[in-house]
Amino acid sequence: MTTPVAQRVDHKLLLDYYKKMLELRVFEVKVQELYRNGRLPGFVHLYVGEEAVAVGVCANLRNDDLIFSTHRGHGHALAKGVPGGVVLAELWGKVAGSSGGRGGSMHMYAPEWGFMGTNGIVGAPIPLATGGGLTAKLAKKGGVVVSFFGEGAVNSGSFHEALNLGTVWDLPVIYVCENNLYATEMAFSRATKNTSVASRAAAYGMKGVAVDGQDVMAVHDAAAEAIRIARADGGPTLIECKTYRYVGHHEGDPGTDYRTREEVQEWKQKDPVKRARKQLLDSGIEEIKLAAVDEEVEVWIEEAVKFAESSSEPLAESVTEHVY
Amino acid sequence: MSEQGRVITYSDAGVEALREEMRRDSSIVYIGQGIGPRGGNFRQTKGLWKEFGDHRLRDTGICELGATGVAIGAAMAGTRTIVDEVFLDFALEALTQIIQQAANISYMSNGKIKAPVLVRGAMGAVRNAGAHHSHTFYNWFANTPGLKVVLPATPYDLKGLFKSSLREPGPVIFIEHKSLYNTKGVVPEEEYIIPLGEARIVREGKDVTIVAMSRMVDLAVKAAAALESEGVSAEVIDPRTIVPLDRQRITDSIKKTGRLVVIDESPSSCSFAAELLAIAVEDCFHELDVVPKRICSMPVPNPFSPVLENLMIPSVERIVGEIHGMMKDVRRKS
Repeated sequence: MTTPVAQRVDHKLLLDYYKKMLELRVFEVKVQELYRNGRLPGFVHLYVGEEAVAVGVCANLRNDDLIFSTHRGHGHALAKGVPGGVVLAELWGKVAGSSGGRGGSMHMYAPEWGFMGTNGIVGAPIPLATGGGLTAKLAKKGGVVVSFFGEGAVNSGSFHEALNLGTVWDLPVIYVCENNLYATEMAFSRATKNTSVASRAAAYGMKGVAVDGQDVMAVHDAAAEAIRIARADGGPTLIECKTYRYVGHHEGDPGTDYRTREEVQEWKQKDPVKRARKQLLDSGIEEIKLAAVDEEVEVWIEEAVKFAESSSEPLAESVTEHVY
Repeated sequence: MSEQGRVITYSDAGVEALREEMRRDSSIVYIGQGIGPRGGNFRQTKGLWKEFGDHRLRDTGICELGATGVAIGAAMAGTRTIVDEVFLDFALEALTQIIQQAANISYMSNGKIKAPVLVRGAMGAVRNAGAHHSHTFYNWFANTPGLKVVLPATPYDLKGLFKSSLREPGPVIFIEHKSLYNTKGVVPEEEYIIPLGEARIVREGKDVTIVAMSRMVDLAVKAAAALESEGVSAEVIDPRTIVPLDRQRITDSIKKTGRLVVIDESPSSCSFAAELLAIAVEDCFHELDVVPKRICSMPVPNPFSPVLENLMIPSVERIVGEIHGMMKDVRRKS
């Protein structure tokens, strides 16, 4: 990348984003380890490689703004402010988890932090987020809603119907597509003739932009502009963030039979966390200062593990609670 | 229920309930196709747009999946919503949102997020609309934890149940019957609500219990009148809501009469009728005088031909005939 980002960035901001991205990365690596050791039940889809999107977008949000996430949503929850221990406890099926152990990875909800859930159904959160936007618009408090989804969702009817309603009603929704090129194993180029997600905005009379999803400041800038417009009742924007997951679709999928190792390595060269670190060093921040941040993140993850591990299992007799 | 008083139609009872609730609760937003200036395909929002306008009566194009998802998402975020599928058949376009999102959300979020959304649709055979516009899918919804399922049979019940459904914390599937929209009944002008889960004894009797809902209540009442002239006293019960179900009132009646017939406009397999027969066996086994009976639609898609469709759906003649047979049969008691 040749963009001289370091020259224009606010160092304090970039340092914050570096730390947050590192938290997301370290969190997922820890989840991977716990999962592989058989400590966590269920299934997990990890966010490794895509951290700049969640962090760059959520940095612009207020606590009462809402986000609706996907099956790959741990990073979104953390970026929106849900404490690491609460997210991890949910992955563990514990009572201290955001859903008290009733949800797990793909059904975790933390409305206290404006986190309206991960989701096990691809495409489904897009209409839900649009509805959240309707509530925000009617409330007239300048609130906005972010709808995260992958490129795997954009060929679904949910995407089409939701973006159409979002635009025709001028709802304060930011549709953020994390285009990581593969829906499970299906390459986007094999799934559609039009691989520009941003260009699809035109079909709805919506603004559409594409950004380098591995550059946290680029994501931040695009999101800041879209959110500013939405807060001013100027309607929705579709932001396509070009990104990549280093890991398989889910833990257990090696992710190597539908893409080449070279391709994965190529994307790792653009790693958002390393890139931010390099930009900080290039701009004169001392290594020792970054090492201190790294250390803080290590402490943070260990505390999250302790918190989750020490939480109790749900009471078996509570199984029928909260159905209605 | 008073037999005297103001008489209005089933569809007007719905409009009146909606108007009163939208005045009472300014957060209610109504989403659907043709529900604005047009006043609804079944006149189910007649005159409301003039009072509440575009912000609260939100017309959409034909997009049940998106519109239902939006209604559910808005509800999750704090707005009480109604989404009108118009024909219940069209709710199938949106089933993933209703089942996977609305019905599950309270449980998945440990009770932290509720989706107070009323999903409205008109069901059933009327004027030979054919297979795509005549289905009666209430059994599907009733089989999903997290949903409440309401089927009013009269204008009085429609109004009272609609109002209580709009005060529920979570999703309610509110199913009207297309052939009932022009039927009339007494509806008081003063405020009343009917709690979900309270069956109505439509007609008291001592020889046989007939359980029926929605349009089938009218058939049951007619069959009961025909049977009375032959000396058979039939009790007709309308549960009004499948979920929650007034198990007590139904089983009390079965224990009293010793005979149960369930009329169901859906096919019998895995149906409400099947559930009621199971309840009769579980709760009233020793009080049953004869094998309980279910009279359901035949397991075929609704045919277009009037000759075929009339045969497919339960009729007064079929109900009377089945009960005749039942009255002759006496279960051997040990």
